[in-house]
Amino acid sequence: MNSLFAWLDHRTGYKKFLHEALYENVPGGSRWRYVWGSTLTFTLAVQFITGIFLWMAYSPSSQTAWESVYYIQHEMAGGWLLRGIHHFTAQAMNVLLVLHLMQVLIDGAYKAPREVNYWFGFFLLLLVLALSLTGYLLPWDQKGYWATKVATNIMAITPLIGSQLQRLIIGGPNYGHHTLTRFFALHAGVLPALIVVLVIAHIYLFRRHGLTAREPKRRPDCAFWPDQVLKDAVACLAVLAAVLFLILKPRLFGHEPGAELGAPADASEPYSAARPEWYFLFLFQFLKYFPGGTEVWGAIVIPTLILGVLFFIPFLGQWKLGHRFNLGFMFALFAGVGLLTWLALAADRREPEYQVAVESAERDAERIKQLAKAEGIPLSGAASLLRADPFTQGPRLFARNCASCHRYGGQDGLGKVPTETLVVKSGETLTQIAQAKGVDEKDLIVLNHLSDGRVAAGQVLKIQPHPAASDLKGFASREWLSGLIDPAHIDGPNYFGYSKFKEGKMVKFVKKDVANYSVEQKEKLKKVIAALSGEAQLKSQRAADEHTAPLLTEGKALLASDEMRCTECHSFYKKDEDATAPDLTGYGSREWLVGFITNPAHERYYGKRNDRMQKFGADKILDAQAIGLLADWLRGDWYEPEKISATR
Amino acid sequence: MNLMNQTESTAPPPTPTRRGFLKEASAAVLGAIVGIVPLISGLIVFLDPLRRKAQASEFLSVASLNALPEDGSPRKFSVVASRTDAWNRSPQTPIGAVYLRRAGGKVQALNVVCPHAGCFVDYNAEVKGYHCPCHDSTFALSGDISSPSSPAPRGLDELEVELRNDSEVWVKFQNFQAGQAKKTPA
Repeated sequence: MNSLFAWLDHRTGYKKFLHEALYENVPGGSRWRYVWGSTLTFTLAVQFITGIFLWMAYSPSSQTAWESVYYIQHEMAGGWLLRGIHHFTAQAMNVLLVLHLMQVLIDGAYKAPREVNYWFGFFLLLLVLALSLTGYLLPWDQKGYWATKVATNIMAITPLIGSQLQRLIIGGPNYGHHTLTRFFALHAGVLPALIVVLVIAHIYLFRRHGLTAREPKRRPDCAFWPDQVLKDAVACLAVLAAVLFLILKPRLFGHEPGAELGAPADASEPYSAARPEWYFLFLFQFLKYFPGGTEVWGAIVIPTLILGVLFFIPFLGQWKLGHRFNLGFMFALFAGVGLLTWLALAADRREPEYQVAVESAERDAERIKQLAKAEGIPLSGAASLLRADPFTQGPRLFARNCASCHRYGGQDGLGKVPTETLVVKSGETLTQIAQAKGVDEKDLIVLNHLSDGRVAAGQVLKIQPHPAASDLKGFASREWLSGLIDPAHIDGPNYFGYSKFKEGKMVKFVKKDVANYSVEQKEKLKKVIAALSGEAQLKSQRAADEHTAPLLTEGKALLASDEMRCTECHSFYKKDEDATAPDLTGYGSREWLVGFITNPAHERYYGKRNDRMQKFGADKILDAQAIGLLADWLRGDWYEPEKISATR
Repeated sequence: MNLMNQTESTAPPPTPTRRGFLKEASAAVLGAIVGIVPLISGLIVFLDPLRRKAQASEFLSVASLNALPEDGSPRKFSVVASRTDAWNRSPQTPIGAVYLRRAGGKVQALNVVCPHAGCFVDYNAEVKGYHCPCHDSTFALSGDISSPSSPAPRGLDELEVELRNDSEVWVKFQNFQAGQAKKTPA
């Protein structure tokens, strides 16, 4: 064995190399403050290892990037751990870079003859930040997509070459396949190669000049191995432990472990929760202070100047007070970055719109996971699954198109109560406004934080107007219909209370006739309601409808009979030319509802009596797919994953 | 300053002590741990393909009996089925091809893949046999090896055929491992 090593040494000289590597002198003995460079080397190695394994499963294109990352994260054995390590080690690197830079500046390790090595470090810092930026886009989820879009748009305001630069980086005028291939080539090829070269140079020069010892030396010199290596290894272990903790942390809150993966990027889907990763938040916040036309100062000029100062630190240090200036600059810079980061986080915490956006983003992220698991992902990509999902699109379509008149459980489908604003005219009192708008004065006071209940002319008031049409949550269900044919509710806010049907025949019929029904008639009415609701074939009532099939048949016969008087105005399976109210054949079914939304003024529905509802299909306000999604959502018809029985 | 001296100074000779050994051992162990965790997490993902099984073979409707020439010469048909490729599930995608021919009142189905190294074999109507364009394996009309000099270790892989509803040809489509004399499902 020994002779083999000797043979090898004779040809490579590895023993001398190893000896030099391991027995580097550490003046004044090993210290904890020297560990930062080693932890960075360690994290870099971790990123190379995990990055190459991720590479084996990643596919950079608009229809496969998110999909392959989904596959790594949720389908491949150990994928969540691998991606988690890569993701959180990247974050740890940014922290360690700052610590390393601080140690170098505090110990004056940038001074002669180590200037060049300081610059190597300076460029390594920039390269690692570039890795973070490029890596953030690669999963092609909503968050990375919109945040990176902001970053590349900022790039475009660079004077003279901005738009060309942007086009080159994103591979064309728009985000797409070539944005991903280019970012991936940068992230996994160009940047790592540059980093390897610079790290080798960095370590070579570090060894050449030796360690910058902290004075006064407390102990005699020692060798790198094993004293300093042990401290370095402990520090690396601490970094790894922190990374593993961050990966497992979601478990503590009952979520899946690992790095986050949002919903797939979709240029047609707004994303108000777009924020850069936390270590770039300070820049994000900084830009808020530059009004239109001056962004170039906040985005390009000032950051470049700051980087310029950082670059020239070795020269600045030569002045008498230079070292103190450098330290002061560094602490001021980090304090500023810290303050801006805190301001950004605080602003988001205060902003309810942002909270709603984050919730909606989490809902989409969870939903796409369910859909991808259940149906697999079509070649058109995962975003198309979400686009065709009533559970995802229904509430959005409702909020945009229906919620100005209708409500869904009292809100707009997305959890918000529609609000309008109005300007107070001179001499108007709150009571008058409340009366004019038909709302409760107390609600106005609460909504506008008016402690004394007084308003001034010109003041802008928020007002939650009454719904002009029915509340559609549970539409066509037995419960919903029971409320409709209830004398106490039919002219209330959830049904016809604020529509022109308040004065119509149906309301009169319910308020006069139904209100005086005998017990026997009420029983019959229940059967009619069950039968009418059965027409809708709602998913939520499938079991109930099957259980009570004879009752439904009976109810159907009653509905068609003269006794219940429904067919005086409505058609039911028998075309009635004189019908003045919506046809009840297939009432609430998908086909019925799609037709209704398409054209409520069709003679099958309200005809000429249609209140303000728009002809969403006939007037091409919504396309057939959107109307179908809306109908499916209102009918509660969407894919639901089988519930895994709760673990005891 | 003694900076220059530092670079020149030689390391103090390591003195073997119990304390020193403990340090060396713990440094080595810790170093190994921090290196091995990311490596193992990567290897688990790397080995994931070993957990995945090929899709179960099933009978698929391939052609109509009327489409097969009466003279018993073969005709190539694509086999279309739904397919799972990692994250993608695609309905009705070509997953392979077969040669179908009438053979004595029955239908014979041969996988087009050469059992030697997996190339797509051609049918040569002149010699009434199959020829592999890669390494010149030759097969008879029946799919058997036609010449002793043929590099293929076995004849073309015959697939199970069922005739359904009188005229539908259903084939149990399967691929087999190439390069072996025995026919083992891939």
